[in-house]
Amino acid sequence: MIRQLFKFREMLLVIIIAILLAVFSARSPGFAAPGNLANIFNDTSILIILALGQMTVILTKSIDLSVAANVAFTGMAVGMLNAAHPELPLVLIVIVALCIGAVLGAINGIFVWKLNIPSIVVTLGTLTIYRGMAFVLSGGAWVNAHQMTAPFLQTPRQLFLGLPILGWTAIVIVAVMYLVMSRTFLGRAIYASGGNPTAAVYAGIDVGRTRFFAFVISGTLAGLCGYLWVSRYAVAYVDIAAGFELDTVAACVIGGISTLGGIGSVAGAVLGALFLGVIKNALPVINISPFAQMAISGSVIIAAVIFNARQERRRGRIILRDRGASEQIEVAA
Amino acid sequence: MTSPADFLPGIFSLPVYLMNKITLPEPMSETPLLEMRGISKSFPGVKALNDVNIALFPGRVTALIGENGAGKSTLVKILTGIYESDEGEIQVDGKPVVFANAQDAIDFGVTAIHQETVLFDELSVAENIFLGHAPKTRLGLVDWKAVNARALALLHSLESNIDPRVRLKDLSIAQRHLVAIARALSVDARIVIMDEPTAALSRKEVDDLFQIVKRLKAQGKAILFISHKFDEVYEIADHYVVFRDGKAVGSGVLAGVGQDEIVKLMVGRSIEHAFPKVDIPLGETVLSVENYTHPTEFRDISFALRKGEIFGIYGLVGAGRSEICQSLFGVTKPSGGTLKLAGKEIIIGSPSDAIKAGIVYVPEERGRHGAVLQLPIYQNISLPSLTRTSRSGFLRAAEEFALARKYAERFDLRAAALSVPVGTLSGGNQQKVVIGKWLATQPTILILDEPTKGIDIGSKAAVHAFISELASDGLSIIMVSSELPEILGMSDRVLVMREGLSAGIFERSHLNAETLVRAATGNA
Repeated sequence: MIRQLFKFREMLLVIIIAILLAVFSARSPGFAAPGNLANIFNDTSILIILALGQMTVILTKSIDLSVAANVAFTGMAVGMLNAAHPELPLVLIVIVALCIGAVLGAINGIFVWKLNIPSIVVTLGTLTIYRGMAFVLSGGAWVNAHQMTAPFLQTPRQLFLGLPILGWTAIVIVAVMYLVMSRTFLGRAIYASGGNPTAAVYAGIDVGRTRFFAFVISGTLAGLCGYLWVSRYAVAYVDIAAGFELDTVAACVIGGISTLGGIGSVAGAVLGALFLGVIKNALPVINISPFAQMAISGSVIIAAVIFNARQERRRGRIILRDRGASEQIEVAA
Repeated sequence: MTSPADFLPGIFSLPVYLMNKITLPEPMSETPLLEMRGISKSFPGVKALNDVNIALFPGRVTALIGENGAGKSTLVKILTGIYESDEGEIQVDGKPVVFANAQDAIDFGVTAIHQETVLFDELSVAENIFLGHAPKTRLGLVDWKAVNARALALLHSLESNIDPRVRLKDLSIAQRHLVAIARALSVDARIVIMDEPTAALSRKEVDDLFQIVKRLKAQGKAILFISHKFDEVYEIADHYVVFRDGKAVGSGVLAGVGQDEIVKLMVGRSIEHAFPKVDIPLGETVLSVENYTHPTEFRDISFALRKGEIFGIYGLVGAGRSEICQSLFGVTKPSGGTLKLAGKEIIIGSPSDAIKAGIVYVPEERGRHGAVLQLPIYQNISLPSLTRTSRSGFLRAAEEFALARKYAERFDLRAAALSVPVGTLSGGNQQKVVIGKWLATQPTILILDEPTKGIDIGSKAAVHAFISELASDGLSIIMVSSELPEILGMSDRVLVMREGLSAGIFERSHLNAETLVRAATGNA
């Protein structure tokens, strides 16, 4: 039943996105052309990856406000590494980015797991600390495009089947996260820990450890995005991705991931991110100011929360009437 | 008061005094304080209440008896203004009234004390009592002096010496209950509804509660007492009303009406074997607990559990019964003592250790501790068994489904499909999922904490039969219960606990109610 409802609400998001595209292309022909759509997807890739990390954390009844600071620190670190040691292969740099991100995520996770501090407090603290560390590391200096190597900057832009590698990276991450969430012990533990922590403990699941791993996943993906961000914008400075953690939370909320934990899907997070991506790309095309964009995103988030709440309430009745009466099959039979 | 004469055409009218004599079977001369007439209430697809009549009299306790789903809660909600009835009327002092919302009901003097009392841990006793209707000063500020003074007076009238200024979290469960009652009375209640007030109380606390009920009676309040427990009903009630399937199927004065009669009314059939304990030969010792000690909850507990045995643990609430079980299951850590499983010493540091060792714990609050409501049935059933159904961290859906199907069949679980969320099932079916998921781990030792708490009498027998069946399959069972009949009827041996210490282990042949209660309360 939840699955069907999710399909329903995901379909709804797909339809809304399609309508938006239709409206925008009516105003601005060519907006819905395949090339432009690929562009929008590519543009939203980083948000998609970060939203998936945020989703795993939110599913365990926690929140990770430090993702954007993690992006900034890791981005700065790999940018400086590339500038200082241009001979290092890109693969190594990406691995370093993943590791730094994972360590930063693990720090959050350890506080939440071992010291039992609410995640919102922990990550509010590390949000400032990580960005401060980026400043300390760089001394406030920028790493500019001319200091970085060509493979570092160009690889994510290489086209493969009409889509840049950046976009393909997002697609691979989506696939991996889908597998993790639906097919692994950890994924199940994440849903159970958020859905009913006490029941999860009684079922032999270590809820603290599960949350720790959720933060590690979120941190690792943020580390990856640190590299992707710096290479995409060809510059590393302390304030990159400032405030972006809220976009990741927004994508999750729009995508139907319950802030109370335990409910949500990979598809929802991806669609939520895409929705924000489409709005962001479309509004300038039809001459709406960036400030109005923010107001629109905000309104959509509130609308999504209201929609979620109503959906939750309606669920019980739908089941009583349709399922309960007409479709009841005895499992025992 | 409306007499039947009012409903008859004029020519048949008899003098009212005669009419009353002839047609009123109940020997009560008093006027009801509150009367409900022809009350009906429907929800989509269900008629929750069907033409119900109830009268509550001043200074009388009326017991409302019925199985789960008989309509008791709906009636309480109508009486307290949470629901409005579709048909029928409510009269207070003979005058028709409408309870459009909860405040209306309070204004007419109706108040309810619920199963799970809603109080605030961080507020003081007085604040809890007067929350929402605190006396105010002339400036409209809260008059704290009056709040504390009136709280003190209220608590005194209940013969309690709780300090109204202490914070609620420092009180015992029984004291909290008293605060809840004081809160209910603080609104000048004349009609007090007690919705299973004894569900969480031990025998001694129930006695204390009944003292309070008697005091309320003496003050002329009308009390509607809802309970599953017959001994309590007989002890405290004057009148009874039996509900079945949304109808009042019987009512009257309780004295002289047998328990069998009421059970028959409730279930529409008589229940013969309440405790179908099958005597089976006990096998070797499976688990031995030696000098088990917890820093704060219990000390020096020793017992041995044998194969096929049902080992009861009895005691007052707070005596440390559940705490022992939770520490055997690895939820809390003991500070001393040893555990031997089949003769070998083991250490259980977490629930997953316990599950691996074949020990499972079915908690008391099956709703809160039992199921992850958002997850589908099959994922709930497989949850404690995931290490068995997964390979190197990857789940195997086919094995999970097979496991779930097996236990769903065994318990005759009714659901549209195994992939629907547990939250969409009825309470009974949710319980089946919870029990199923524990048995799916193939345990050797099953710990049941209050297995029939809040279950109606018809289903209780089924649960007891099932426990008996598990024991004869060779499972060893530790059963914590506050209900004496259950402990007496089901256990091979009983450990009685008092304030964290063992007050003795009693063999089945020596079991009787008096001994156990004495041991539990320390009254030699």
